[in-house]
Amino acid sequence: MSLLPWTIYLSLAGAVLALAGGRRSPGAARWTALLTASGAWILALLGASRFIPGPGLQTLVDLSWMPSLGVRYHLAADGISLTLVVLTGLAATAGVLFSWNVGERAGEFFALFLTLVAGVYGVFLSADALLFFVFYEVAIVPKYFLIASWGSTNREYGAMKLALYSFAGSSMVLAGLLWVYAVGGGHGFGFAELSQAAAGLSRHQQIVIFALVFFGFATLAGIFPLHTWAPTGHVAAPTAASMLLAGVVMKLGAYGCLRVALPLSPLGFAYWHATIGWLAVVGIVYAGLVALMQEDLKFVIGYSSVSHMGFVMLGIAAATPLAVSGAVLQMFSHGVIAGLLFAVVGRMVYDRTHTRKLAELRAMPIYRLLPFAAAAFVIAGVASMGLPGFSGFPAELSILIGTWKGAPAWAAVAALGVLVAAAFTLRAIALGFFGGTEAPGAAAPRGQAIQLEPITLAEKAGALLLIGATVLIGLKPDLLLDWINPALQSPLLQAAMKAVAP
Amino acid sequence: MSPSYLELFLALRPETSLLAGALVALGLDLTLFRRRSNGERLRRALLVAAVAVAAAGLCAFLGARGPVFGGVLVLDRFAVATRVSVLALTLLTLGVAWGAAPPSQPAEYVAVMLFAATGLILMAAAQQLLLVFLSLELASLSLYVLAGFDRARPESAEAALKYFLFGAMAAAFLLFGFSLVYGVTGSIELPRIAEQVSLRGPDPLLMVALVMVLVAFGFKVAAAPFHLWAPDVYQGAPATSAALIASASKLAGFTLFGRLLWTGFGAAAGPVGSLAWGPGWVPVLSAMALASLLLGNFAALAQSNVRRLLAYSAIAHAGALLLGVISLGSSGPAPLFYYASTYGLATVGAFGVIAAAERGGRCQEISDLAGLHRRSPLLAGCLTVFILSLAGIPPLAGFVGKLAVFSAALHLGGIAGPAGLLAILAIALSAVALYYYLIVLKQALVAAPAPGAGRIAVPRVTALALLATAGLIVWFGVDPAQLLGLF
Repeated sequence: MSLLPWTIYLSLAGAVLALAGGRRSPGAARWTALLTASGAWILALLGASRFIPGPGLQTLVDLSWMPSLGVRYHLAADGISLTLVVLTGLAATAGVLFSWNVGERAGEFFALFLTLVAGVYGVFLSADALLFFVFYEVAIVPKYFLIASWGSTNREYGAMKLALYSFAGSSMVLAGLLWVYAVGGGHGFGFAELSQAAAGLSRHQQIVIFALVFFGFATLAGIFPLHTWAPTGHVAAPTAASMLLAGVVMKLGAYGCLRVALPLSPLGFAYWHATIGWLAVVGIVYAGLVALMQEDLKFVIGYSSVSHMGFVMLGIAAATPLAVSGAVLQMFSHGVIAGLLFAVVGRMVYDRTHTRKLAELRAMPIYRLLPFAAAAFVIAGVASMGLPGFSGFPAELSILIGTWKGAPAWAAVAALGVLVAAAFTLRAIALGFFGGTEAPGAAAPRGQAIQLEPITLAEKAGALLLIGATVLIGLKPDLLLDWINPALQSPLLQAAMKAVAP
Repeated sequence: MSPSYLELFLALRPETSLLAGALVALGLDLTLFRRRSNGERLRRALLVAAVAVAAAGLCAFLGARGPVFGGVLVLDRFAVATRVSVLALTLLTLGVAWGAAPPSQPAEYVAVMLFAATGLILMAAAQQLLLVFLSLELASLSLYVLAGFDRARPESAEAALKYFLFGAMAAAFLLFGFSLVYGVTGSIELPRIAEQVSLRGPDPLLMVALVMVLVAFGFKVAAAPFHLWAPDVYQGAPATSAALIASASKLAGFTLFGRLLWTGFGAAAGPVGSLAWGPGWVPVLSAMALASLLLGNFAALAQSNVRRLLAYSAIAHAGALLLGVISLGSSGPAPLFYYASTYGLATVGAFGVIAAAERGGRCQEISDLAGLHRRSPLLAGCLTVFILSLAGIPPLAGFVGKLAVFSAALHLGGIAGPAGLLAILAIALSAVALYYYLIVLKQALVAAPAPGAGRIAVPRVTALALLATAGLIVWFGVDPAQLLGLF
């Protein structure tokens, strides 16, 4: 039997144990969380190492859950889900390391954190659309409490906005799925069953249903113009939550688009595909330009996440094999890099300097005070710009090439987005970390007077983990592409790709 | 078939048990426990009542099935399931009452609760208009008294009066409707009425009668536009009474009217699967569902009082449950029963938390819940389960209820029919609903306690009742086949 489903159960058990441990001491909760998060990651890696890539989902567990509705507890994996499961383990482990300083209500914090992680694992492993939805909702609710209770800047507003956007998106998804299920005469929520049921509906209905499901999921993926929850939510969230949020939760949306929406109705996809593509490229450029104008370092990264997720949506919209495999690779890459960026800004810098304003950071030479933070941010920034040697490079390159074949205009505009990304990243590095003492008129006291507590071991370990992952995939993208490419041969995805093939 | 009194007696063992329990509780209170403190008298009465309710539940579960006494009562699966869950909800309410402030006449309070439960379980099985009316009135009159039991607060008296006046009006409508039905069909037995209705087709007089029946239905389940009593009653009544009014009474009401409409007037349902205009009660129910969904969800957004918020959320849920009634004919009672009973669990729990929180001070405004996670982690944890279930978050039971009801509604001709469109609307409105539910949870889990608000000590019995309620919600959500597979 497979180890992969145990990632879900271990994370849930960890949530309960962390809650119990937190009643004794914050340390007990932390260690429980670290052990279960890394344990689940190891299970994911072990499960992945035994996995033989092939087309289609390989069943892990298949039980009847709600017989009267035809809902099954069906877990399955293919190369795409495997990539994201491994990413989840990595992001969760790093997230725990970067929240080592959470002291207040630590038990509840880690319990919510691990529940969120369990939900994310569940989504990536679900092969029944309703089960997928259940895990998706399980992942949404803890985010609200993580942000509202432990967040910073404008946290209650950010948390509520995020929860409402996510939930509005997911109710669109539920409406679409139930519609297909009930009207199409489907007897279950398996992806293939739903796709068959949808094929029996009129073209008009299919177009509406596809829009409900796709844009419902795309809301969580931060597609323009439904992205506005993302920057405020990311900024308000505590470090570990923004790492998970940008790192994996936004991927839930993109994964939902790819796994549920596309196969559901190739006809609907063909109708909407141009719109989605343009929204994606507009998002890339627009969010990049907005990021260029931000004064708060976390907002820069928040908007950069929207911009980078635009590449994922572009790859899905282009729907050539190269673009889609690039999109999945970009999900992994962005998950790692955004996690690192948020960790440096939220934990290493903000928790020590208590400011994220570029003008104030400029007044203190972070590169001298916190050399490790500056180095990590530079690496993450360079990776984020898509320089060769880091995971962003193969990902964005294959998306652009894959898109070029079908829609050169999108590729051209998106390439412009790469330039904008370089600009805002370099600006953030220069102003935020290498400001030096000569900045005129800054309010903060001058450089040498400030003493900041040194970077802890946990932070260094977390950062090295993430840097290692982005470099490893940058140098050997085949590690993941060997999983992803066979999965694209599945009949459901092939049908969706054929529907829009030029 | 000649009616057998022995059979009737055996079938009515649950009712007998409840009445005996009420009389024993009253008798003991008048004799043995007379000089004790109010709190002790309450707890002793509750113990007697709990034994009676448990015995009634057991009898209802194990007892006879099928039509009883010439079809006056019918104990089919739907009726038995409703009876058992009404009794379970009553038992949980008794557990909640254990920790609430004792009323001035504790034994009477408990006895009236048992009378109400008697009426409710009779409602679940009634199949003859006379018994329908009698059981409804027995339950309603007891609930009016329960609403007004807190004589220290004028709001409680106001609640009882409003509930009573609206209820009396609704009862008058119902009785007038029934008399017209009898006049048109010549019978008070639902199967005979059904024969006549299908023979005669849509008869204008019958439609008038049906409208009157629907008025009473709307009142009983607090569906718009007959909901006006609900916010005031939920706010003014003692929390324990509100728990019973919002849960068991609603479940029994839906079972009663679901049976009445489909068994008695199924032939006069009108167009179910299309938007075509035709006489019948389904279009009226659809309009009521639409009004309830919109009014309940949007009015709840504006509430600052947590009980009024729960009342408006109850109106919104009534709208969803009406979809379950509309689809009862084609999908069977499983979705409606699952939704109503798990909704009942969540509301009993929510009012139970409010009742327990009142031990530590006032609990009316949403902000009175502030810092509940510090003041009592148990209450905060249970409240989270109840509220999230009301919001329909999986894997809690509230989600499966919505799923079952909405997919049953969509089965009725998809979005070509009113039920399907309403289901889509209800799903969209659940995002609105999440906002006000999160506002409650934000106070309970995120906000800091008000200065001077101390810890809340929850008595063990109440803690057990709340934990059992939360446990059932999780269990039925994770393993819904337990309830959905009953029918």
